[in-house]
Amino acid sequence: MSLSQSELSRYSRHLILPEVGKLGQETLKASSVLVVGAGGLGCPLLTYLAAAGVGTIGIIDFDVVDESNLQRQVLYATSDIGKSKVDVAKQKLLDLNPHIHVNTYQEPLTSDNAIELFSQYDVIADGTDNFATRYLVNDACVLAGKPNVYGSIFRFEGQITVFNYQDGPNYRCLYQEPPPPGLVPSCAEGGVLGVLPGVVATLQANEVIKVLLNIGNIASGRLILFDALQLSFREVSIKKRNDYEIKELIDYNQFCGVNEMTNNDVDDITVFDLKEKFDKEDTFELIDVREPHEYDICSIESAVLIPMGDLEDSLESLDKSKSYVVHCKSGGRSARAVAMMKEYGFQNVVNLAGGILSWADNIDTALNKY
Amino acid sequence: MAIKILIPTPLRPSVNQQTELMVDVDGDVNTIIGSLVESYPKLKVYLVDDSGTLRKFVNFYINDTDIRDLDGEKTVLSDGDCISIVPAIAGGAV
Repeated sequence: MSLSQSELSRYSRHLILPEVGKLGQETLKASSVLVVGAGGLGCPLLTYLAAAGVGTIGIIDFDVVDESNLQRQVLYATSDIGKSKVDVAKQKLLDLNPHIHVNTYQEPLTSDNAIELFSQYDVIADGTDNFATRYLVNDACVLAGKPNVYGSIFRFEGQITVFNYQDGPNYRCLYQEPPPPGLVPSCAEGGVLGVLPGVVATLQANEVIKVLLNIGNIASGRLILFDALQLSFREVSIKKRNDYEIKELIDYNQFCGVNEMTNNDVDDITVFDLKEKFDKEDTFELIDVREPHEYDICSIESAVLIPMGDLEDSLESLDKSKSYVVHCKSGGRSARAVAMMKEYGFQNVVNLAGGILSWADNIDTALNKY
Repeated sequence: MAIKILIPTPLRPSVNQQTELMVDVDGDVNTIIGSLVESYPKLKVYLVDDSGTLRKFVNFYINDTDIRDLDGEKTVLSDGDCISIVPAIAGGAV
């Protein structure tokens, strides 16, 4: 695929690198990459792939831009709040580089669409945010025979590798199973340093370009660990394992226990129910299981703060005959707290569905949100 | 016998924010992790399941080699070995 005069000028710093050169740049132009998730990882990844001249870029993300995204999702501006992420991303990338094609898919990645979509691209880059989609991306890459350039982040920790590269190990070789739901908080609950996805995603972009150009030592069979607090990189080896054969795509929500969260014996009440309990002056205690720094941002009046990590030790001092409502930020941690309290013999304990965020959205709109 | 254990950032709140711990215990991975969670009970739920088996979403490496490529939980450590704990993390888009 030949380059125009304008492209030759644009890519001149690549063209004078012997490892890329004119042939390599033409290879990039003829290549296609699908980025799954246009969030913290997707934004810098897409920016560098577009700037580098990857000829066809696909973006799949169902979400719209939220104000809380702007701390790290660097393709989006304040004026983009409420707009479709894939639409804004496409516009920004084509503005950056009009020589590329951008395909957008404003839909969730599912077991029904993944393989057909992946088969249209040379490389898949995983910038998703939950275990169910991680396993889906992995299995679909194996079935479609595509390399999976993987990056993931949590708080200050980053992990980068390339899965399924030339029959190398895949995600299931690294982690056989996801954590049980509720045990590990999501970034929405646990937080993430804004620059961390920038560091991890640029390393993913580095590996995508190397895979496309077939240069250097690809990060296959090794997991690169980045610690933003210590500013240190380490790596550990990943061996190929055959303890799980990927034959077809499965129900990944079920595999990750996502449905269990709502189907177990934890009873939910809505924020409207809670408001009614306050209005009727019911006798109950409201327990907030978030962390103190979250409580400082906003809290529901009369709630007693007992952070999740301290709850088990505190149960002794609580009266089992009383009635309790437990809440957190969005309902995940508190569901686990309710399950724990029931195990310890508390009979009248319910979870506040949607947590304090739902309370702020529906009942007390003056409350700070985070 | 001195064994160094590297604690990843997600688990540091459970060990008073320490980045690495030194333990002085003889034995295999099971014994050493057992001793670790005894000293830091908040770590237990992340590292060991209800039946006492090491969690499958957390990997343990001895000097950068996965214990599954050695003798698993029964891998015996030598003085000066380093254990890395590497839990699965999934964030990225939210």
